Amino acid sequence: MKQQELEHPHIKEMVSYELMGKYYNPFCPGCGYGIIANTVNNALLERGDLLSYPLITGVGCCCYMPFILVGNSFYCLHGRALPFATGLKLANPKLKPIVWSGDGDCLSIGMGHFMHTARRNVDMVMLLLNNEVYGMTGGQMAPTTSSGVTTTTTPFGMRESSFDAVKLAIDAGATYVARWTIAQPFQIAKSFRKALDHRGFSMIEFISICPTYRGRLNELPSPVDMLRQLKADTVSLKDAANMDEDQLEGKHVVGEFLERHDRPELSTLYEKLWSERGGRG
Amino acid sequence: MSVIFSDKGKSLIVARDRCKGCELCIEVCPVDVLEPSDQLNSRGVITPAIKREGKCTLCTLCENMCPDLAIYIMPDAG
Ligand SMILES: Cc1ncc(C[n+]2csc(CCOP(=O)(O)OP(=O)(O)O)c2C)c(N)n1
Ligand code: SF4
Ligand SMILES: [Mg+2]
Repeated sequence: MKQQELEHPHIKEMVSYELMGKYYNPFCPGCGYGIIANTVNNALLERGDLLSYPLITGVGCCCYMPFILVGNSFYCLHGRALPFATGLKLANPKLKPIVWSGDGDCLSIGMGHFMHTARRNVDMVMLLLNNEVYGMTGGQMAPTTSSGVTTTTTPFGMRESSFDAVKLAIDAGATYVARWTIAQPFQIAKSFRKALDHRGFSMIEFISICPTYRGRLNELPSPVDMLRQLKADTVSLKDAANMDEDQLEGKHVVGEFLERHDRPELSTLYEKLWSERGGRG
Repeated sequence: MSVIFSDKGKSLIVARDRCKGCELCIEVCPVDVLEPSDQLNSRGVITPAIKREGKCTLCTLCENMCPDLAIYIMPDAG
């Protein structure tokens, strides 16, 4: 009896509990993905109506996410989570898809879909989990890897320049864009709730920690070392305004970058078209 | 699951067998009341404990920073 009262109330709602009868967290010790999952669970359980928020994942370590999430999920092909979610949204405009994608998943193989989903302003929340490497396949470089970082495919340090997902999303036409690090769980929670209420394509980028590959190969072997480095490299949007490009090299600028309501949303456009034509077809 | 601190009708609970020993909770605690314990769990990792004279403020930062739901605050029953 006593045992029951002490258990965390979310455990029984999780997919892993439904499938295996116990909590199962597949991530490495200290991986930042669990922190994001717990924050999202809090927000979704607060809303109650889990069927309205389908969870769609691409491939990468983030495809294990549904184990520790609440609600229904679909596991897509590599990079194809966004088009699947667009289809869901157009078929049933009442849904609010939540897309989980890694930096490799979204910004390399799925880059085209990312740009076009933002351009079409499809109403969904996209959560971009940026750990600066391809975690699942063994720590190869990703298009987000910062300059100088050692990965299994850049043993002498990353020489190429990297993508800034926030700038890409803003330019392509996303209507809510934010970036946080996993050391800011309260800001993540607030921003995610805002994105759920926003109508249009919302993109939240999370700078996560991957102690197993990103950390171990860069003299930050423990999750605590990585967290300290992450905090040291974080700059708020307000402070970044007074810094020049050289000072911002290798830093993570965090904050809410954009919120706009002037672009038409895709499913609303089609709903209007169908009603003008007297039905779909 | 064991209660490691209680105050104001709430308890700080550690689910020892879920802990993977990342020590993020110990690092983020703003009043520094957590420390590595002398116990190993079934995974063979060192789990957190409260310092002898530590007074937890029940701020929930460790709960929010734990990737494995292994440390959390719950209201007491009754
Ligand atoms: C079509 C296809 N190409 C390649 C792969 C191999 N693959 C699996 S995960 C992955 C990279 C994922 O990296 P990222 O999205 O950053 O996820 P992380 O593991 O870092 O969370 C690759 C290339 C695949 N599964 N499918
Ligand atoms: S490989 Fe990296 S991203 Fe993947 S679960 Fe392990 S720590 Fe997390
Ligand atoms: Mg990655």
